[in-house]
Amino acid sequence: MLGFAQLFASRLVKAAAILIAIVVMNFFLVHAAPGDPATVMAGEAGAADEKFVTQLREQFGLDRPLYEQLGTYIGKVVQGDLGFSYRQQRPVWDILAERLPATLVLTLTAFILALAAGVALGTLAAVTVGTWADSAITVVALLAYATPIYWIGLMLSLLFSIQLGWLPAFGYETIGAGYTGLAHVADVAVHLILPVITLALFYMAGYARLTRASMLEVRSLDFVKTAKAKGLTQGRIVTRHVLRNAILPVITVAGIQAGQLVGGSILIETVFAWPGIGRLAFEAVLQRDYQVLLGIFLVTSVMVILFNILTDILYGLVDPRIQVSQ
Amino acid sequence: MTRRLSGFPASIQRGFRRNVHRAAAAGLLAAALAIPGTAALIAAPAMAQETPVRGGVLNSIVQPEPPTLMLGLNQQGPTQTVAGKIYQGLLTYDRKLNPLPSLAESWTVSPDGLTYTFKLFQNVKWHDGKPFSANDVVFSTSKFLMEVHPRARAAFSRCESIKALDDHTVEFKLKEPFPAFIQAFEVSSAPIVPAHIYEGSDYRANPANNTPIGTGPFKLKEWVKGSYIQLVRNEDYYKKDLPYLDGITFRVIPDAASRSLALESGQVQQTQYSDLEPFEVPRMKTLPNVTLTTAGYEFVAPMAWLEINHRVKPLDDKRFRKAIAYAIDRKFIRDKIWFGLGRVPTGPINSVVKFYDPKVTTYEPNLDKAKALLDEMGLKPDGKGVRATVKLMPMPYGETWTRLGEYLKQALGKVGVSVVLESTDAAGWAQRVANWDYEITTNFLYQYGDPALGVARTYISSNIRKGVLFTNTMGYSNPKVDELFDQASRENDPAKRQEQYSEVQRILSDDLPVVWLLEMEFPTFLDKRVKNANTTAIGVNDTYESVWLAK
Repeated sequence: MLGFAQLFASRLVKAAAILIAIVVMNFFLVHAAPGDPATVMAGEAGAADEKFVTQLREQFGLDRPLYEQLGTYIGKVVQGDLGFSYRQQRPVWDILAERLPATLVLTLTAFILALAAGVALGTLAAVTVGTWADSAITVVALLAYATPIYWIGLMLSLLFSIQLGWLPAFGYETIGAGYTGLAHVADVAVHLILPVITLALFYMAGYARLTRASMLEVRSLDFVKTAKAKGLTQGRIVTRHVLRNAILPVITVAGIQAGQLVGGSILIETVFAWPGIGRLAFEAVLQRDYQVLLGIFLVTSVMVILFNILTDILYGLVDPRIQVSQ
Repeated sequence: MTRRLSGFPASIQRGFRRNVHRAAAAGLLAAALAIPGTAALIAAPAMAQETPVRGGVLNSIVQPEPPTLMLGLNQQGPTQTVAGKIYQGLLTYDRKLNPLPSLAESWTVSPDGLTYTFKLFQNVKWHDGKPFSANDVVFSTSKFLMEVHPRARAAFSRCESIKALDDHTVEFKLKEPFPAFIQAFEVSSAPIVPAHIYEGSDYRANPANNTPIGTGPFKLKEWVKGSYIQLVRNEDYYKKDLPYLDGITFRVIPDAASRSLALESGQVQQTQYSDLEPFEVPRMKTLPNVTLTTAGYEFVAPMAWLEINHRVKPLDDKRFRKAIAYAIDRKFIRDKIWFGLGRVPTGPINSVVKFYDPKVTTYEPNLDKAKALLDEMGLKPDGKGVRATVKLMPMPYGETWTRLGEYLKQALGKVGVSVVLESTDAAGWAQRVANWDYEITTNFLYQYGDPALGVARTYISSNIRKGVLFTNTMGYSNPKVDELFDQASRENDPAKRQEQYSEVQRILSDDLPVVWLLEMEFPTFLDKRVKNANTTAIGVNDTYESVWLAK
């Protein structure tokens, strides 16, 4: 247990160092793009004069030297303050917090659905390898993986919203309906169906292919033969022996993807007008809203690092042979 | 539970949705056969419905989502459309750009053109219940807008004094005549803001910017960032029984294809400006539930052009610019890239703006003339047929501008001008154009109802200002043009003004500082149940106080 605590502590220290490097790199990266928020706003206004741009730069602190801006930013981040979006006139934390629920409900639902369906389909394909079921699953997975995600989204929306009229085409909730409690949950759930399916299809395809390949590899190993020789049932062999050993690469990939959940999905959020963080990030890039962009980068980085640590711990739980080593 | 169209019975919506495609086909058929009875049949029930009814919510689109609705601080297009319902200017304008009352009930201009006196409506209240008075107008025009609003600053800095004569009368005294002044009171040019909230505060940092307080017929109820902006009726509006609508909801729909779907499915009843890509317009036009109009953009009167940096050789030579003009087929651009939206321009002034004169040098597509001009300059084709190479940076404002860039590359290639396309995003584009770091780009500017307000700024040499967008970024300079624009801006006699503007248009069409491509028109789609919308020169940006929904 001591080894575990030590590992955790040393990983956290490394994580902090990585995080600071990320912040500094991101800071220079976003400032390297041509133009700044003031030029963007002047462009949007359709008219400008010197005073307009100068005033904005002063207000945004862009008239200060870059190193000074970096110093100010890091000083704030260390205190847990992600800064202030002058464009939106609100603290970055508030903006992120507002988008976070919509993002998480979309990406988390899609993630769980994709993982469950992907592993199940992959297992099924591996068990029935060479039959029509296997071929069907493989083809569907390949198609889902290769088709542009926004196209699937638009087509689903065209079919289920415009032609059939069963589901809302986009949005997070019914505007002005003022639902509360269960009615609100149901309302969001109905809006959630199409974006979740679109997003999940893509991830599911990856998990299914990975699970199938990994299972086929494990299936031919000696201990599986032993299990068969012991007279274990097929179901028990598949779930306890093959799948458990085959799942490690899936966990690795899932761990990486889980870290990106808070980042949202730009394409899905754009097609379905979903008010999530992916769209926020994309708009922040176009508007050169540095503080918002850096905030999103930072939060996403933290999540990726955390999930990496979690994945490592999970390895040990699934496969006790994997030991903590220094 | 599906989408909801407030104000319309669910049964109609369902039937409507199912029938969209079938009915579209039927409508097409009817149009093709030109059945004479159809028009009368449709007109009859419409006539019976012409008494306005109260109630209902209008759904529209806001795209891109504005950073704020405080119109004094932000004049982005979408901000204007939404905040034009919350804030008001002193005037609005009819389709011919003549002033109409808004917050001002009446106005007089002294014969010497120096004194403008506005009588304000009585009983006007701010959305927080405080009374509106002449003091608010004086504060807005002499302090607030002077500090934060570039266009208003240009107009009101011409005033010697701005005074409240009494609670409901405001007097503007100009330093010298400026007849375009009467066009400067539109809601986005000079939104009136509450003095009791802003006076003495840091305007840009005022917390009230998030909860805009105006005098308009609609109030902000809720803004869920990334989703929608909901406006509701201002019950204390100073015009009795107005507005008719219970509210207006603007939905944020970032994807262009999804915006088309929203109109197609009846989820929104109005789209405006660039909500729909021009290539969607021919298809949307055939929908049975909507009407298309391109009216209501006379005040902005956008003019698109090929902006040419005169600091780069051989672009400084007007023969080269003329060769470009002859090489381009502007009718093709209008018909095939903008799908028929817009008019082929003749010169610098949009034909819907005052003092437009068509009697100028024009450039019909003529490849021989283009080649002859290039020959005359000594630009002979090399082994690959290339006479000159220029860099073109299309405006990064959507698919249509990209297509235009591709067309220009082809068209100029035909006369031996090789075009290298450069791509950038909005911020990069603004940065590079403002700092003269480009060779050729596409651009469009609004003309704001008068050449003195929206045209002169592009061509006068005193407006060559590095780092500032929408100035004379080409670096064009002609003392005669400067003089004519200056005289015309101060000329009280409309006939003399016309002469001066006509002359300047003739000079510019020969100097060709930019190559005018298109008098742009935007498509406004309105559901047929929406009545009285889009009646003025500011169209969808107007207050919508008398808009109503047929049941």
